[in-house]
Amino acid sequence: MSLKIIVLAKQVPDTRNVGKDAMKEDGTINRAALPAIFNPEDLNALEQALRLKDAYPGTTVTLLTMGPGRAAEIIREGLYRGADGGYLLTDRAFAGADTLATSYALATAIKKIGDYDIIIGGRQAIDGDTAQVGPQVAEKLGLTQVTYAEEILNVDEKNRSITVKRHIDGGVETVEGPLPIVITVNGSAAPCRPRNAKLVMKYKRALGAQEKAPAPACHPEGVSALPYPELYEKRPYLNIPEWSVADVNGDLTQCGLSGSPTKVKAIQNIVFQAKESKTLTGSDKDVEDLIVELLANHTIG
Amino acid sequence: MNNVFVYCELEGTTVADVSLELLTKGRKLANQLNCQLEAIVAGSGLDGIEKQVMPYGVDTVHIFDAPGLFPYTSLPHSSVLINLFKEEKPQICLMGATVIGRDLGPRVSSALTSGLTADCTSLEIGSHEDKRAGKTYENLLYQIRPAFGGNIVATIINPEHRPQMATVREGVMKKEILDANYKGEVVNHDVAKYVPETDYVVKVIDRHVEKAKHNLKGAPIVVAGGYGMGSKEGFDMLFELAKELHAEVGASRAAVDAGFCDHDRQIGQTGVTVRPKLYIACGISGQIQHIAGMQDAGIIISINNDENAPINTIADYVINGTVEEVIPKMIKYYKQNSK
Repeated sequence: MSLKIIVLAKQVPDTRNVGKDAMKEDGTINRAALPAIFNPEDLNALEQALRLKDAYPGTTVTLLTMGPGRAAEIIREGLYRGADGGYLLTDRAFAGADTLATSYALATAIKKIGDYDIIIGGRQAIDGDTAQVGPQVAEKLGLTQVTYAEEILNVDEKNRSITVKRHIDGGVETVEGPLPIVITVNGSAAPCRPRNAKLVMKYKRALGAQEKAPAPACHPEGVSALPYPELYEKRPYLNIPEWSVADVNGDLTQCGLSGSPTKVKAIQNIVFQAKESKTLTGSDKDVEDLIVELLANHTIG
Repeated sequence: MNNVFVYCELEGTTVADVSLELLTKGRKLANQLNCQLEAIVAGSGLDGIEKQVMPYGVDTVHIFDAPGLFPYTSLPHSSVLINLFKEEKPQICLMGATVIGRDLGPRVSSALTSGLTADCTSLEIGSHEDKRAGKTYENLLYQIRPAFGGNIVATIINPEHRPQMATVREGVMKKEILDANYKGEVVNHDVAKYVPETDYVVKVIDRHVEKAKHNLKGAPIVVAGGYGMGSKEGFDMLFELAKELHAEVGASRAAVDAGFCDHDRQIGQTGVTVRPKLYIACGISGQIQHIAGMQDAGIIISINNDENAPINTIADYVINGTVEEVIPKMIKYYKQNSK
């Protein structure tokens, strides 16, 4: 039996690694201090997909991500670990999307890919923590869903069904659902395998169209020509396909900011003051003041 | 029409605490908006379930009672809400930010193209002026939540789309009975009219309580204990504090070796490395092997009766006191000052 699996993955700023320099003095996010990484739970999802590929030869694993040109890194990381290919959904019109507009864009791209048995992604991304995109993609495609999955136990080809162990509040649940299906994977699932050295050698020069374009002259690195341009014709697998709104036949009014019902009214930054360490006593007043201070700057609560 | 709805989550035939907390909040919002509060309960064997929710000031309870509705599966419950909302057109819908609420909410919001904000920590009513469109919106729901790994707090609104949906975690809102004899209307719906047979496709094969695997590495707040906690019972206090703060419990090697805590919670060179937003070190002296596993934490609070404990040199807050004294106070004042 061979399965067609689409892995949804996102490139996110590493918000776990927030130090005192995560915020600039003017209160904006210091992106330079936060490296862009593969969203952790999407890696758990990728591992589940690759395990199915190991178990059922002939299975294909395709990554789908949305973001700016540099998000092609996500596709490369997937290729290094054993994925078969991937698509980068990239267009200015997608910018500013909330979860609903994001899931619309992903769903149109999945329809364009067309052939799938399992769509799998992380439960949530660490920059938003909403856990909404998976179920919304499922709804848009008219599929059922299994969220908070910890392990895919079995795929039954004859009955076209899948058995999944999932996390629920205070326990675990084993559910059986029909294919095709959308699955979101919890962080407690098995961690992703490391990169495979041979695959790194094979795919290290895989680039998306925007990455291949030379940097403009005003850029600090200046105009640099693409190294080994002839490779990309000889080895077509090094070209990471990029799709725009038009490529996936998207409706512009449902994409990006205009397709987002939620709007951000206000943002309050939590500035980590570089401060002297404070010494307190165990008295009621000191402890209460500390708790009030931590609540006020949203460290807790 | 135009009322505040709360989706009530069930554990068997008991309404979950988080839903009762939301009913309390929903009642307040409904008073402010001058509308009614309605509750939705979907499950099986629900005779008399309204008695559990009415005291919180519910004006109408919508009951969906059918064998296939418990245990929860995504599609039937989504259909219940989607079809009910098409008829009732609520202005606000609240649900718990639990495994169920976070599975159900997005589906419903996607089908109704309404906005949904996850994990709100505060809900308020207010107005919004869209200067570009020259429009002013009155009585919007301000959905306030941390974002970007807790580094910003955002206020989200849904100006155009209804219902305005939000999920809230357990323990964030206060649960308060309004009137034990509050009388509201009970509506028993015919489930088959709302849920097509084809929705019952996912089967729950097995369901059991299992101690959840902890997620120490990914936890934004870590409460860690050392040998200074004195005993396994001392650690129970840490678990209590962690539960209040939605944190995870970690331990130093000395505490693990002494049997106070399980080995998989060990933080340090031979355990896991954590980078939480807040690290509370309780009775930990701070040997270099331990510090190696937690020094990148955003804010470090050290509670120790030894003023010269090495961990105090890297801590942002040092509390000189015994853990037995300070931790119960932290729990007490957190409860008093949050919500």
